[in-house]
Amino acid sequence: MIEFGYNIAKDRQIDFDKNDKRISTYVRENEPSFKTCISCGTCTATCSAANFTDFNFRKLQLMVRRGETLEVKEEIKKCMLCGKCYLACPRGVNTRNVIIQINQAIEKIENHDI
Amino acid sequence: MKLEGKKAIWKDYQKEIADDKYFYVRSCIRQNFFPGSETAFIRILREELGKDIFEHPCHTTCTGIGYHGDIVPLDTMMTVVARQFALMTEAGYENLVPSCITSFGIYTEVLDTWHHFPEVEAKVRDYLIKATGREFKIPVNIAHASDITYKFRKEIAAKAKYKLVNKETGQPLKVVEHIGCHYSKMFPDKGVGGAEYPYVLVGMIEEWGGEVVDYPERRHCCGFGFRQYLVQANRGYSIACSHKKFESMEPYKPDMIITNCPGCPMFLDKWQYAIAEMEGKTYGENGHGIPVFTYEEVAGMVLGYNPWDLGLQTHQVSCETVLDKIGIPYNPDEKYNGINGIKLGVPEMPVNLKCC
Repeated sequence: MIEFGYNIAKDRQIDFDKNDKRISTYVRENEPSFKTCISCGTCTATCSAANFTDFNFRKLQLMVRRGETLEVKEEIKKCMLCGKCYLACPRGVNTRNVIIQINQAIEKIENHDI
Repeated sequence: MKLEGKKAIWKDYQKEIADDKYFYVRSCIRQNFFPGSETAFIRILREELGKDIFEHPCHTTCTGIGYHGDIVPLDTMMTVVARQFALMTEAGYENLVPSCITSFGIYTEVLDTWHHFPEVEAKVRDYLIKATGREFKIPVNIAHASDITYKFRKEIAAKAKYKLVNKETGQPLKVVEHIGCHYSKMFPDKGVGGAEYPYVLVGMIEEWGGEVVDYPERRHCCGFGFRQYLVQANRGYSIACSHKKFESMEPYKPDMIITNCPGCPMFLDKWQYAIAEMEGKTYGENGHGIPVFTYEEVAGMVLGYNPWDLGLQTHQVSCETVLDKIGIPYNPDEKYNGINGIKLGVPEMPVNLKCC
């Protein structure tokens, strides 16, 4: 292989045909309120974990919806499951349960159950 | 949809293209990358179509690359363009035919600027007189050389010796057409088919027997983009654009690519080599690439010109696969002969990209 002094820049296009939507489908089925999220970011604004880390629930749910799930597993570990986001959510999304369902989905994917 | 209505709407997507008496201005870079194309265009117009096409020896760059690369100021660019118009006026021509899409965009942009800001035109006229003592008339018609080829596509088809058809299967060749961004994306009403339905190359392909491939990233930029390419560190963005297009067109198994811009065939051709050497990926058949042609080269091919006179030997992706499919004869021993018949030597072959 030849070194040209540059590489092919990674594409930021979201390809819904290729991306993995298994987590999104699982969470939607087991916590239907997830569908009503409007990505307002109130959850992130009130998040305790976000005070100490760069955890961002709004970003996390967006990645799950887009099927960009590679970073989700590490990201979700930052959540302390305190549930403040659930209290603050204007749409009543059970965000705490969304986190739990994402964790379960990841476990099932690793066990080849879904 | 009612057919009459469709025709009426389509009228809005047409442009006026002059019939004859062309003042031809060459591209700065095409003569290096695709050296036979412009000569083929002039030959076709003069010998096949009997048109009056004039080239001025004092014509210079339009400064488009420097202008878009942010190193040539707007006033300088407009004054250089005014000088080209002055050359045309002095030669007694009124129909400007740029070979380059960037030049076409530059000329169109300058005329539009002057239309909206007459005081700028007056200022540039003043600059030109002070610098060169020249005066100029505004061109009556500006048509890109691909517009002219499109206008006479039926005449070329009538004289054609070959069609864009696979001689073994009888099926039309699958052709990807790629329009230069500055052809119709900047001023849609200046391009045949506008920005939404650019028809200039499609018309040629359909008339000459090929089948157009419609793929998702059809209108994506080739990746030239001036600054993406001029700075080496930015070339990753440039090659990513071409990469995206190749990945998108690959499932449709295109036989060839036709372009109407100087940069697009260069990048779509050369980046196939770079991608093959970086990632080992090739997009054509059996380790070959997808051959990339200019519209003049394709016109010359269907008219039966010698492929080596058209400069096809200078392509990075070898063109023999398409010549074989159509059944165009060529002598492999003469591929690397110079214009005087002297052998120039065989270039080093790539490792991953198969070249004939």
